[in-house]
Amino acid sequence: MVIKHDKVDVVIVGTGWAGGVMAAELGKAGKKVVIIERGEFRETQDYVGVKDELRFTNRFDMMQNLSHETITSRNTLDEDALPVRTQDEMMVGTDAGGGSVHWAGATYRWLPYDFEIYSQTVERYGKNKIPDGMTIQDWGITYDEMERYYDKWEKTAGTSGEEDPLGPPRTNDYPNPPLKASPPIKLFNKATKKLGYHPYQVASCNVSQVYENPDGETLNQCQYCAFCTQYGCDFGAKSDPIVTVLPTASKTGNVDFRYDAYARRILHKNGKATGILYVDTKTGEEHEQPADVVALGAFTFTNNRLLLLSEIGEPYDPKTRKGVIGRNFNGQFNITFLGARGFFEKEKFNLYMGAGALGGTMSDFAGDNFDHKDLPFLHGGAIELRQYGDGAIASNHVPKGTPHWGKEFKKNSIHYANRTLQVWYTSANMAWWHNYMDLDPTYKDDFGDPLLRITNKYTDQDREIAKFGVEKCTEIMEEMGADIVDPDDVPEEFDHIYQGGHYAGGVIMGSDPTTSAVNNYLQLWDMENVFVVGASAFPQFGGHHPTATVGALGYRAAEGIEKYLNEGGGMLA
Amino acid sequence: MTEEDGKTVNRRTFIKNSSMVAGGIVGGTVLGGLLTNQWIDKKETPTKDAKLPIDEARVFFSRKKDFDVLSAATERIFPEDELGPGAVALGVPYFIDRQLASAWGTNAKEYMRDPFWQDDRARDYEHKDTPQNKSGPNTSTKAPTRTPRYQTRMNRGEMMLEGVRTIDKVSMEKFSDSFTKLEEEDQNAVLTMFENGEIDMEGVAAVTFFNLLVQLTLEGAYADPAYGGNKDMMGWKMKEYPGPRMAYIDDIEAEEFIVMEQKSLRDYQG
Repeated sequence: MVIKHDKVDVVIVGTGWAGGVMAAELGKAGKKVVIIERGEFRETQDYVGVKDELRFTNRFDMMQNLSHETITSRNTLDEDALPVRTQDEMMVGTDAGGGSVHWAGATYRWLPYDFEIYSQTVERYGKNKIPDGMTIQDWGITYDEMERYYDKWEKTAGTSGEEDPLGPPRTNDYPNPPLKASPPIKLFNKATKKLGYHPYQVASCNVSQVYENPDGETLNQCQYCAFCTQYGCDFGAKSDPIVTVLPTASKTGNVDFRYDAYARRILHKNGKATGILYVDTKTGEEHEQPADVVALGAFTFTNNRLLLLSEIGEPYDPKTRKGVIGRNFNGQFNITFLGARGFFEKEKFNLYMGAGALGGTMSDFAGDNFDHKDLPFLHGGAIELRQYGDGAIASNHVPKGTPHWGKEFKKNSIHYANRTLQVWYTSANMAWWHNYMDLDPTYKDDFGDPLLRITNKYTDQDREIAKFGVEKCTEIMEEMGADIVDPDDVPEEFDHIYQGGHYAGGVIMGSDPTTSAVNNYLQLWDMENVFVVGASAFPQFGGHHPTATVGALGYRAAEGIEKYLNEGGGMLA
Repeated sequence: MTEEDGKTVNRRTFIKNSSMVAGGIVGGTVLGGLLTNQWIDKKETPTKDAKLPIDEARVFFSRKKDFDVLSAATERIFPEDELGPGAVALGVPYFIDRQLASAWGTNAKEYMRDPFWQDDRARDYEHKDTPQNKSGPNTSTKAPTRTPRYQTRMNRGEMMLEGVRTIDKVSMEKFSDSFTKLEEEDQNAVLTMFENGEIDMEGVAAVTFFNLLVQLTLEGAYADPAYGGNKDMMGWKMKEYPGPRMAYIDDIEAEEFIVMEQKSLRDYQG
């Protein structure tokens, strides 16, 4: 027996940045909204007094319970995928605010090159520069058009930063000044400047001063307590949906929150969505929430899986290379975030202090800021030094050649606990015809529905860009004066570890319905009253952290949905 | 320290007694209890005066023998040295015991559905050895130990039990003595065989078990004392880690290294 609710204007799946921004904006515009979240309700007080590394970093207190549902993973089309079984191997956020609560807070706008990568690459280097099989494409929107959405999201989030000397044009400064610069950041700045680069402080959503955002929500000043990435902030100083857009949505009186609600299907009839079918995870009861518009703002995996399970849009088939849902899986993996680790004998740093987004960065090797004519790869990335604040379990880094356990490991891990720094390259990830998502033929969830299957392998592009980054980071770490510099090894193949939280694509944005799933309002080409918002819209991955772009897309989609409702339907682009 | 309570029982008696249990010759709680008593050296039987820490009791490992093998293995992974205590003195074995009795030990939040392949597919998967801090952005907050790659139908508790028993079995086969009685060097040799995947274990790759053992040992040395390890915050003291604090805003720019007195989660919660 399905419990049927009254129809609303919009039903949103997911309470992270994408869903939260849409709920706040549509609520403010007077639309009736229901927002459903598979996890439980949580607020700041749930994170007070729980600075516990084991519980949050090693036992994944804020992450999806995989006993109900996970993903499967393989490298190539002819392999059987295996389920990614444990939270050590797969980490996706859940509960109020989703993955946007445990995030670090590093905030970057993506570059004009990101949004027009195909046309700009062809223009500068010719068509032959793009290797056969690489399926990168323009977004159907430019940086200049995205700028005001970035600006809006940064103001909501209270982003604290200084301008990137090599960055794209901005209408406004960041709403808050950058965080304080710790000695490791100063060391990074000095070394990179000496090498002729252009360092600046990572823009942060760990807010640098008390700040009231345009919606009237107050954010506190970051205390550099170190319990940041993988944690909810106990001080309301990390900008996340639970201290910004979710309370804003709630205050409008137009948004009805349903927690412990697991979306199973988008319901549709005659080519239009009619609502969401979800299960109350506490009672097991099925609910139907009818709406004029269905907006998916869940994680990439859920956005893709819901469309595939609901049989909306044409699934991508790698054999024919036709279809769109699941196409262009991309993200950041064990081949990203490589660089060099330095070990210092004289200096000792207060590494137990820090904040998720405390760090130095530079864009000299980002996007197309450097000439790729003679380089065996496209795109680039930021080079960063971060001071997250190390927990005692995490801070066990040892120079290469040290065994992984035993006497020497203990000695070195303790000696270097506060004497090690890392510089890494957040390299971009290009899309390929053979990397995609579909439904697994074998493994099922609690309800007997197939799990999402990921097929992902590396190419020379991935290995070459990683090698390049390792070389640059090694040079910087040497300049920083480390006594031992260990360049990272570049892995040959993807290892099926989904621990980084940055997975994207599958419901990608574009201007051609044969190669994209959504238009530049995030509206599904194949079903005009469905909007799919989040990193699932990235046609390929940029060379910077993704969150600001997800937030900006939330504002873009909210504008589209409002327009769609006010204009009585139709394709917006 | 690892109490070897079978001190007065020689190896032959041990095997004989083990097979008695295995063969079900002795059954029932009363007789089982009697059998347990045989293992205790009367002279060393704790009296009322002996101060055993009442918060250290096994709640997962039923057989003391298994627990002792585990203790000895963790001590090799994180040995006592001039820097300070090793795994045993830090309470790591009790930490592990409690973790295995918890929801985590029974894989309550993991995907434990069939089919569990036990062929090349699973083997290739299990033998990948990415360090836990090398898989993307947030993972830099994780230790550089290798990720246990999970494709077994056993939960963590079952895997660890199978693992410590296999350690002892290998020890008997290669060095003709129980693991707890081997010299350090030979203990290390046994563990290295697991690390290198040279041991065949029932239902799980030896490397998966070993990576989990290393991960658990480090966690036990450095997790908050509330979990039973990191006794008296001695793990934190060794690496000058202060424990949870409200704020470092006044110190974040300091050029000098600041040594702070350790505070536990209990101190922090007040």
